[in-house]
Amino acid sequence: MLLGLEVAAAHAVGALSRLSGRGGGTTLPGKLLAAVDPAAVERLGRELPLGSVVVSATNGKTTTTAMVAELLDARLAYNRSGANLLSGVTSSLLASRGAELGLFEVDEAALPEVARRLHPRVVALGNLFRDQLDRYGELELVANGWRSMLAALPEARLVVNADDPLLGELARERRDVLAYGLDDPAHGRGTLSHAADSKRCVSCGAPYLYAAVYVGHLGDYRCPVCGNARLSLDLRATEIELRGLEGSAFTLRTPAGSARIGLSLPGLYNVYNATAAAAIALALETPLAQIVAGLGRFVAAFGRFERIAVADKTLLMLLIKNPAGANEVVATLLDGSPPSLALVALNDEIADGRDVSWIWDVDFEPLLDGLERVVLAGGRAAELALRFAYGGLERERIEVVSELESALDRALELTEPGGELVILPTYTAMLALRGVAARRGLVPEFWEQP
Amino acid sequence: MRIRVGHLYPDHLNIYADRGNIAVLRGRARARGHELDVRAIGIDDAVPAGEVDLFYIGGGQDSDQELIAPDLAGKGPALAQAAAEGSVFLAVCGGYQLLGRSYRDRAGAELPGVGLLPLHTIGGTRRMIGDVLVDCAWAGERLVGFENHGGRTILDPDATPLGRVLAGFGNDGISGYEGAREGRIYGTYLHGPLLPRNPWFADRLLAEALEHRSGHPVELAGLGDELEHAAHRVAAARAAARGGRRSG
Repeated sequence: MLLGLEVAAAHAVGALSRLSGRGGGTTLPGKLLAAVDPAAVERLGRELPLGSVVVSATNGKTTTTAMVAELLDARLAYNRSGANLLSGVTSSLLASRGAELGLFEVDEAALPEVARRLHPRVVALGNLFRDQLDRYGELELVANGWRSMLAALPEARLVVNADDPLLGELARERRDVLAYGLDDPAHGRGTLSHAADSKRCVSCGAPYLYAAVYVGHLGDYRCPVCGNARLSLDLRATEIELRGLEGSAFTLRTPAGSARIGLSLPGLYNVYNATAAAAIALALETPLAQIVAGLGRFVAAFGRFERIAVADKTLLMLLIKNPAGANEVVATLLDGSPPSLALVALNDEIADGRDVSWIWDVDFEPLLDGLERVVLAGGRAAELALRFAYGGLERERIEVVSELESALDRALELTEPGGELVILPTYTAMLALRGVAARRGLVPEFWEQP
Repeated sequence: MRIRVGHLYPDHLNIYADRGNIAVLRGRARARGHELDVRAIGIDDAVPAGEVDLFYIGGGQDSDQELIAPDLAGKGPALAQAAAEGSVFLAVCGGYQLLGRSYRDRAGAELPGVGLLPLHTIGGTRRMIGDVLVDCAWAGERLVGFENHGGRTILDPDATPLGRVLAGFGNDGISGYEGAREGRIYGTYLHGPLLPRNPWFADRLLAEALEHRSGHPVELAGLGDELEHAAHRVAAARAAARGGRRSG
């Protein structure tokens, strides 16, 4: 009874939050309920007859989770808006009474707490890259938190990216594991990127040898000293085909059979996301044919390779938030026809990370040759200007327009009729730019997406 | 001229975009007609003491710092010789700690330092994180950067700090000092990276490195630096608005 009253009050707050124009009301009801009654999320979670799935990673958790939502039939409690702390999960549960299955992307640092309260039946771990060191601290701290979390969840099924050495080690001693990875050395890179993480053996400290490096430090690794190596893969993406910005394809090999998958999303990182989504769906006993069809239908999650039409021009929004993710975005852009114009927006709010030093670890340089002009925006646009200038872009080609809406208009003005404007925003800059597009009636707000 | 840079442990100590500092030194040297030769000096590599004008050492994860600390201590005599002969040193964050005498972690284990700077560091529980603004009265300039460190660095009574903290934590969150300097050896917690938004400091390091190379004082022509000054102003405003506060 008490829960019913609390839920009604929390709903009212969500509606007020939207009315007051402060956002989607995606976390406030949950914050309120969590403050009044921290155990409410446990009771709400127990109401789900099919239990919960939690998905975490530095990069790709929003896209992977959105893909899973596309693959499943169950009625979902799902934090589509990306509100991925305990409060966001609580809000989603509140908004979806009567749901059958909980599907939640969860912030890396919040995951242990969320998992402790929800007792998920499936835990999916995608990757760990250096990201927001001012907030998360070092990678190993996050991994240690995940390790204790898993120890306290002996019944949960672990879906894990075996190509990440730090995560592979979390799975090595575990019973119920579904390991996935890429298996197509033709798409491997010869060497680790300059700021690669987790380069040394978790057990003995020797540098790993890689038969193939796919993204950042993800790949087919082996320790030459102690013999630790990538787990054997239950799900593999093979015969990968990258089609520039147009999409990608691969063969998905699973214990339930193999199938060719076509994706409208580009880049190796989206092959990882799709393979992860397939593994999660398979862990939930989804038929392979349904997985194939769902991945084929999938279009981008908001701000992640999202195309927005503006009169006769198109915006192509590619979220960047840390070196590993941004490097993949750059690689994907280079795989197509590299843009001659781009809008790059750097904010330093808490959700972006206060520390902007990460932009110096992104390999923007290969983009610079093709750039005739770059419009730089956001609270730390000046810092981006230095990054591009010292990267080798002539200062005459750099325009700093800090205010985001003006920067968008300026960049659109520079875009050829019929052309596509590439936008690389950090998280809050992406939300703000989408907000501008929504106010102009070009896209629904991110919390109203189907 | 060719300025010879020895980058210590770039594979291990690179956590806060340290290559940005190198890119700025390279760009500003080139704008004055000089080139930078950057040589990586890793574990088991000898220190080419007489052949380096500027040593750079950045910060890493704790595990990486533990890994290189014994090797670095072994390089101590060669680095001390280079310092005595006028080589310039810039040490940031973990590298700064390691240029001191010692680093004691929270478990009480002691890592040896190089002893080039008269200070020691003690690991703490609460990290000091945020934008920092530092007044360097000795140069009539300010430094702005971002700090993220658990260690508390304590200067010897006769040590010279790099500057006085105007906003942020600095060496230990208590003394009001940031960094240390001793001749041409500079240590600081400021990353961000440090040099892009503090061009005066980058130029000072370059001028001293050129002086080491050529044997006579060097004046560098000014550059416009509009973007640099804009970035400095934004970062300084951030520090004033939300830099860490000194705790009692």
